[in-house]
Formats: sequence, C-alpha cells, structure tokens
Amino acid sequence: MIKSSNLLRKFVDIDSPRRWLLLALIRAAVVIICVVTAVFFIIRIVPGDPAKMILGEYSTPEAIESMHHTLGLDLPLWEQFVRFVQNLLINGDTGSSIISGTSSRELIAERAPVTLLLIAMASLLAILISLVLATLAATHKDRLLDHMIRIFPTITLGMPVFWVGLLLILIFSVRLGWFPVGGVGEGVTGTLHSLILPAITVAFSQIPTLIRSLRAQMLEVLESDFVVTLKAAGIPNRVILMKHVLRNSALPTLMLLGVNISYLIGGTLVVEQVFGIKGIGSLLFSSISKRDFPVIQGIALYCAISVVIISLLIEIASWRLDPRTKGK
Amino acid sequence: MISMNPILEIEGLSLAAKSKKQLVTNVSLSVGAGESLGIVGESGSGKSLTLRSILGLLPRGVEQVSGVIKCDGRAAMIFQDPRGALDPLCPVVRQLAEVVYYRQNVSRRASRTIALELLEMLGLPDSLKHTDRYPSQLSGGQCQRIVIAIALACKPGILLCDEPTTALDVTVQQQIIETITRLQSELGFAIVFVTHNLAIAAAMCSKLCVMKEGKIVERGDSLSLLQNPQDPYTQMLINAVLPLPEFERSAGV
Amino acid sequence: MKPTLLDLPLQADDKNKRIINRILNTPSLLVGSIMLIILVGLAVLAPFISPYHPSDQNLYAILQPPSSEHWLGTDQLGRDLFTRLIYAARTDLKIMVLAEIIPFCTGVFLGMLAGYYGKWIDTLITLVTDTFIAFPFYLIVIIVAFASGAGQRGLYITFILVGWIVYARVIKGLSASFRKQEWVASAQTLGIPGVKIILRHLLPNVLPQAVVVLMTDMVGLLVAIVTLGYLGIGIAPPTPDWGTMISDGQSFITTAWWLSAVPGLAVVYTGIALSLVGDGLADLWRRK
Repeated sequence: MIKSSNLLRKFVDIDSPRRWLLLALIRAAVVIICVVTAVFFIIRIVPGDPAKMILGEYSTPEAIESMHHTLGLDLPLWEQFVRFVQNLLINGDTGSSIISGTSSRELIAERAPVTLLLIAMASLLAILISLVLATLAATHKDRLLDHMIRIFPTITLGMPVFWVGLLLILIFSVRLGWFPVGGVGEGVTGTLHSLILPAITVAFSQIPTLIRSLRAQMLEVLESDFVVTLKAAGIPNRVILMKHVLRNSALPTLMLLGVNISYLIGGTLVVEQVFGIKGIGSLLFSSISKRDFPVIQGIALYCAISVVIISLLIEIASWRLDPRTKGK
Repeated sequence: MISMNPILEIEGLSLAAKSKKQLVTNVSLSVGAGESLGIVGESGSGKSLTLRSILGLLPRGVEQVSGVIKCDGRAAMIFQDPRGALDPLCPVVRQLAEVVYYRQNVSRRASRTIALELLEMLGLPDSLKHTDRYPSQLSGGQCQRIVIAIALACKPGILLCDEPTTALDVTVQQQIIETITRLQSELGFAIVFVTHNLAIAAAMCSKLCVMKEGKIVERGDSLSLLQNPQDPYTQMLINAVLPLPEFERSAGV
Repeated sequence: MKPTLLDLPLQADDKNKRIINRILNTPSLLVGSIMLIILVGLAVLAPFISPYHPSDQNLYAILQPPSSEHWLGTDQLGRDLFTRLIYAARTDLKIMVLAEIIPFCTGVFLGMLAGYYGKWIDTLITLVTDTFIAFPFYLIVIIVAFASGAGQRGLYITFILVGWIVYARVIKGLSASFRKQEWVASAQTLGIPGVKIILRHLLPNVLPQAVVVLMTDMVGLLVAIVTLGYLGIGIAPPTPDWGTMISDGQSFITTAWWLSAVPGLAVVYTGIALSLVGDGLADLWRRK
C-alpha cells in the first residue's frame, strides 16, 4: 500500500484532484479484495464444520465426505480460494444454492429490487425527518421544542428496530387499518403503500444519529461569522436558513449517511423479517435455516460491496460539491 | 464628547452573560455623521460585543441588561476573519448580489450589475466577475474587500469595523485601511473602528475610546489622547505600540 | 524535585467531595445512575421479589391481563410476565456486560497502537476496520451467531469478533491528536519507550472517552442480543430473554399486545439509562 502510493506520487501531481480520486479508488478496491477474502474465510474461521451444519449433527461420515466434495472443502485451502475467486470473477457468483441448485447471483438478483426500494425510501425519509427536526431544534436552541427533540435520540437509541416495526403494525395496521399487516402489495401504488411502514421503521433507526450530528452541525453554522454577515446585511432569516445554513449542514450529513449506510442495510434485513417482505433479508433467513452456505456468502458479499461502492460515491460526491477542495 | 448631529448614540449600555457575568458596563458614546471613532482595548475588553449590540446581533448567551442604542441610518459591519465572514459554499459574486437584491429592492439582473460595479469600486480583479469564484479560492485581502463590498451594498450610514485588518498580512492591512478611508471620503459614512492596535486606530480616527474590562477608561481626540494619556492603561497601550529599540532587545525578542 | 511534564496527566484527584458535588450537579448522570441501580437491583434480587418461577406454567391462567396477582399479566403458557421480565434482565444484562469486556480492551489497545505509531500499523488496522464496517452490523452478527451455533457462546464469539471496531476507530483519532502534542515529542526525543508513554500517559487520557463510548455501545449490544433472540438465533428458550419474549408475544399482538410491548419497553428503559449515564459522564469530563 505505502509503496504503491509513493510510486503514484511520482506519476501524479501531488495535490491534484486526480491523485485524490485515484487513492480513493485504490482504497475502495483494496477493501473489496479484503471483503472477498473475509467472505471466503468466514465459514472456515468460525468453529463448526459446514458440512455437518448442513446435514445435521447425526449424519454419517460418508455423507459428510461427499458433502465436503460437493462444497469443494476436500481441496487444499489455496485451491479452494482460487476457485472461489475465479467463479466470482466469471459468474459474479459465490456458487449455487445447495437446496435448489440455482446460482446465488440469480437468487439475490430476484430479491434485490424490493430491498433496494425499501432502502431508498428509508434513506429519503430519514434525511427529510431529521432535516426538519434538526432545523427546528437548532433554531429553537435551549427552548422547549429543542429539549423535546433532543430527548428523542436518547429515547430511541435503545429501541430495537423490529420492536418499533411491531408497534407500528399494531397501531397503524391492526388498530387503524391504514396499512397491510405484512407482505408487499400489487402494482406501483400497492408496493409503495405497503412499504411505507417498513421504510418508517428503518428510517427510525437512523434518525437519532442523524438528528444529533445535524443539530450540532447547524448550531455551529448558525454561530459562524458568515451568518452574522448575512444577518447584518439584512438578508431575511428564512433565506439565510434555506440557502446558506442548510447547504452548509447538508454536506457533513451526507458523509454521515455514507458511514451509516451499512447500519441502514443491516436494519433493512431485520425489518423485512418483521413485515414479511420477500427481499434479501428473508432470503438470508431462509438460507440460514436451510444452511445454504453459498447463498449466505453471496448475500454477505453483495451487501458489503454495495456498502463500499455507495460510501465511495458519497465521498466523491461531497468532495465534488465542496469548493474548498478545489483550486488549492 | 457630544457630536452636533449624532448618527449613533449609545447611553449607559451594559451587557451580561446568561451566567450574570458582567461583560460591558455602562458604556456611552456617540458618533456624528461622517465621523470616525476608534475603540481600542485588549481582547476580551468588550469592544466587539459593543459593536455587535449596535447591530442587535449579540452572540447566543449574551444579553443587553440596560442602556439605549439610537442609530439613525443603516449600520453595516466588517469582520476580523474575512474568509469566515463569507459562506464557503456560495460564490462570492452571488453572495454580494444577494445582499444588493434584498437591500436595494432591484431586480435579480440589476442586482448582479450593481454587484459587479461594487467589485470594481473595491479594486477587485476582473477575473472574479466572469467565473464563479468561492471564498476559498480568494486571498484574505480579496475576501475582506468582498466583505466590505457587502457592507457597502447596504448603503450604510455607519460602518462598524471589528478588527478588519488583524488577520491580514501587514502590506494588505495598509491597502484595506486605505480602501476604507477612500470609500469614507467618497460616500461619507461614519465609522466605528474597533482594534487592539492603537497606531491604526489613531491613524484612522479623529476620536478614540479606550476600553478595559468592559468599561471605557479614557476618551478624547486622538492627538491629545496620544500625547497626554491620563489613564495608566492607555499609557501601557501607547508603550506597547511604540516599543523603544532597547526595550525590544532586553525582552529578547 | 519539580514535577516533570510527564507527570501532569496523572495528577491524583483527592478531592472526593468535589467529585460527589459535580455528580450531583449533572442531572443526566444522576437520573441515569438511579435508573440503572433500580434495574440491576430488580435483576439481582429477582428470586426474592417474585413469588413465581420464570418457567412455571399455569395452563388455567393463560394470556391474562395485568391484575394484582400477576402485575403484568401472563403469557400464552400462563407464565408470569413480570417474573420473566426481571429474570430476562439477569440474562441479558449479564451477557451485555461480559460480552463488552474483551472488545473494549482489544479495541482501546489497537486504537492506541494505530493512533500512536501511525504508519503501517495504522494502515493495517484501518484496512481491517474498513473491511469489517463494509459488512452491515446485523448481517455479520446474524451470520457469525448462526455459524457458531445459537445460544450464549455464539453471542460472545460474535461480539469478540466485531465489537472492538467502534473503540478502535474512536481511540485511534484521539491517540493521533495526542501524539501531536509537544510534550509527547519531547518525551520521545528523551528516549522514553513508546510502551511506557502509551500505558502511563496515553491510556489515562483516552479512557474517559472510551468509557463514554462503552455506554452507547452497550445499548447497541443489548439491542443486538435482543434482536438475535427475536430472530431465534440468540439465547435459546427456556432461558428468559427480552428478545424471545417479544417474538413469543408477536402471535398475540391483536389480543394481548402488552406481551410484546412490555419487554421492548424494558430494552428502551435500559437504553435510556445507559445513554443518560454516557451523556452525563461526557458532560462531567468536558467541564473538568
């Protein structure tokens, strides 16, 4: 790593944006290589024989041996790894399902759209809600509204996301009947309608951290000299808030969301289970109950790679949006 | 020190922190139209707070306890840290045009024209007009000129200067001061100039106040105050600006 | 002899009275501590508080609403909900504390190493944390817990594997800024070994922040324990656990909603107590 970046320095101008971009790309690539390695080794590090787990404790030695052969576990470790990487590069795949024989890539691709839609809706909701609440808190600092909003993260920090989902189902689906109790509806409106509660649930787990940092960020911006300049120059408060303060607080929030995207995806997997949504999460749990190793590995790999790529994109986006990184 | 035609009058101003700590005590001053007044004192003496209270923009946690502030005409302010005084994510010309738009009730297009005229007036290079430049791409002196342009866009009757040269290089300091004095003679606004540098204050202003621990300890015409300081604190400040060569050597600087 | 610069961060604080006063002046710490003491008290004294046993079934009194006999009602097997709640606190809180010990130590240690030495150690540890963080927390927890077998052993293995990362990241930043202080550089030029600087001077400096992180992280850990219990890959029944209680009650959510709601509230209560203590401690050290 260190040597290669020294080498790079010779070829690329030291402070050029291109070098920054290149280093960010290399870092992401190295992390992806580590992720692939980790996914390969996770079933080997963790105690327990995968074949035994698949077949159960009381299987015959012959059955276990033949399962070892099917999984390729009888080969030397390095050869297993080479095969794993080969298969991944050629097919984008971590092997075929032990149960159905379908490639894990196809199984995941089939379930991905709902999960992605849910993640997108949840991120959007999380950003909107925290933006509104943090703005209200920051502009009403130390008044009742601020205290009420500040208590919110303290209370919600310890709320299990599945429990929040259950309560929402109880209140809005069972009692009020506004939403279906579970599953995904038909058509575009049906789908969106049935995903509203799950999206709120996932967003709920993100809002505490977002509010906390966004409020602190906004207070810092509100206290800064340039806000005084604008106020002194007679720009209406509303314009200062919407045009200047929000923009300045938005960048760090975007970064934070990039860091938290991993938690958001994890929460989505659990929430799918609560609402009976047939996405990646339910595929994960059914694979786990069937001990379907290649599929579990595939889910882990695709989730992790998405996290790395999304974080990279957000990093690049906020770097492009910040004029302070240019022209220097 | 009562001016004939005061544009700004402060009577018995006291400011305190929420924790009841007294920050500024019983400050009175007045500035006539087109006049310039210097307020000198060390950091924490309450001079910047006094300025902020004129704008009505006290920092959070500071309150005006008593006193009356009367200001005929608009007040505008320039700051110590010019780069911090500009929104880092907004092109400078757009910031300036925005102030023109809200202050002078003109169209968006006209506000941009006026903004460009202001840039010219402040001797800023043409390169700023065409491309969208951000504060981080400008030098400290250029940023301060933009801040002054923003202040001028308000057509101020009085310009409040809060240590506008402290954060700048010595050569740039001189240019900024010359710019402010030139604009004052062209446009005729009054100035309140806050600084810890007695030399600059005396050069710029005909009248001076010396502040210490939130109180005005001495005031008068610049010349007589420099030649015949009454308060020991004023004497100390004078000694600090005009250090004798022996003093410098013995202090081991 | 004059105290050297190196002794400064270790000044003994013998003004106990002032410390107590300061605690009393930090309401969030006070309230949080009281809430925690009540919770731990209930958990420890559970056998003396409740007349029932958590697995005592009474099929003639199932799904009863709260009454004077059963303060919070009974579940689908007629077990007393309040009894199960405080016995579950014993299980969950014990695992929460025990599972936090090793990650805390390794995380703080690795964070100090990475921050203090920088260079390749930093690169290596950053790479490992970046890799771990790429995996959604619950995904990794679920896979490891499943692979290492359901039950408490799986929980411990999971958190030893992933729990240290939070500490390593926070402490690394603190240690790096610590290294840049002048007296550290002067101590290094005097030839004082790095290990000594780390243990005697860096550790006491980063420990307060680490403890603040510990409080929030314990909340996250508790929620993870409960989530795994809910998903059926955590604590196995019949050991009482808030997570399994919530999932048991889910089938009766229309008729006896409190079966799921009450154990969740217990988790929320613990979360509030711990984050209040964390906020309070952070406040206390900031004012110092």
